[in-house]
Amino acid sequence: GDNALVLSQRLSELCGKGPALEEDMALANTALDLLGQARLWLSYAGEIESAGRDDDALAYLRNDREFRNFLLVEQPNGNYAATMVRQFFFDAWHSLALTKLSRSTDPRIAEIAAKSHKEVAYHLRRSSDLVVRMGDGTPLSRQLTQTAADTLWPFTGEMFTSDAVDAEVAATGEGFDPSALRAEWQEYVAKVFRVATLQLPPADAWMQKGGKQGVHSEHLGFLLAEMQVVHRAHPGAQW
Amino acid sequence: MTRTLPTPEAVTGRPTIDQLWAWLADVPDPEIPAVSIVDLGIVRDVAWSEADADTAIVTVTPTYSGCPATAVIREQIRTELLHHGVERVELRIQLSPAWTTDWLTERAKQNLQAYGIAPPLERADKPGDALSASLVVLGQGAHQPRLACPRCGSTHNETISRFGSTPCKSLHRCLDCLEPFDHFKCH
Repeated sequence: GDNALVLSQRLSELCGKGPALEEDMALANTALDLLGQARLWLSYAGEIESAGRDDDALAYLRNDREFRNFLLVEQPNGNYAATMVRQFFFDAWHSLALTKLSRSTDPRIAEIAAKSHKEVAYHLRRSSDLVVRMGDGTPLSRQLTQTAADTLWPFTGEMFTSDAVDAEVAATGEGFDPSALRAEWQEYVAKVFRVATLQLPPADAWMQKGGKQGVHSEHLGFLLAEMQVVHRAHPGAQW
Repeated sequence: MTRTLPTPEAVTGRPTIDQLWAWLADVPDPEIPAVSIVDLGIVRDVAWSEADADTAIVTVTPTYSGCPATAVIREQIRTELLHHGVERVELRIQLSPAWTTDWLTERAKQNLQAYGIAPPLERADKPGDALSASLVVLGQGAHQPRLACPRCGSTHNETISRFGSTPCKSLHRCLDCLEPFDHFKCH
């Protein structure tokens, strides 16, 4: 839920500022899909928690240390190559993760995942295509895309690390073991990079971590400040 | 000799389920008014509540999870049924099975085409996982169905944008009559 929410907010920052009208619409639509998915996940999380928090309370009234999103999705948009490489790395993981979750023993998790997966399959098709077009494009677009890939690569390792919660839900069949996705993700990314004539950074590179434990990069605080300011300034306001 | 009991409808004077469906078939989609919400496959079930004979329960499914039209559609359903004299309306959201363009009726597809939106051509429930499907598209050898321009019928056209003015559409241009047109994506 937090991954979808934070990336949705990042992409929304580009609404009206996309490099072309088509890209602007695509980013806004992707952000909208992710926002809808975030609401489904956070609503259900609130129900399970049974502390009276709904999706809005979880989105707007938690501080950065309470967010569990990957460091990858909170990274700034940067240039368009950085925006799309970030999207591509995440989409490939997201598609695999939702496929696993659509077989969850918890029927609510399974149905939200199945619904979301249809949308994410389309996101992945588009981000893969753009990575190829920019990688196998002009010398400048290739250089920018390669730099983006090298810069964002250390943030990909976290998607496959397992913690105590992961182990618990994997054991019950409600969730899955993230490390089980790594090989398939790596293989897919390598295939797309080959078509894009890009160099894949080494799989054993040093990796950042902390997002899943609530230890975030400095960027998340600013993102949340912008996302939460209206709700915090006018608590309980309704349309 | 057998005695037939009167139907609940005859006793309470409440409308039949078929009548409720007929009323809902008049509710247009807020973004694409040429198509009704029933023809779009959004309304999954209509029933009278067992707990309260005067409450109609309408079960709907969202198209895309973030589609802002969903809230408007719910209000329209409520308003339509209350307008026809239904006492109480309860709306239920059902996510599974996930909405697919396979549920669009033939009438919906014809209305879309006539309205200027090329309807989905393929079935959405094709086998295969998203990653290999993505690679097929990158390989360019993929079979791409030919859309027909809603204006001139030409299948000679190109994709301008994979995302259009709403989550459910993409944007294309006819290379014969040169008009851009929307396509209701296969989902």
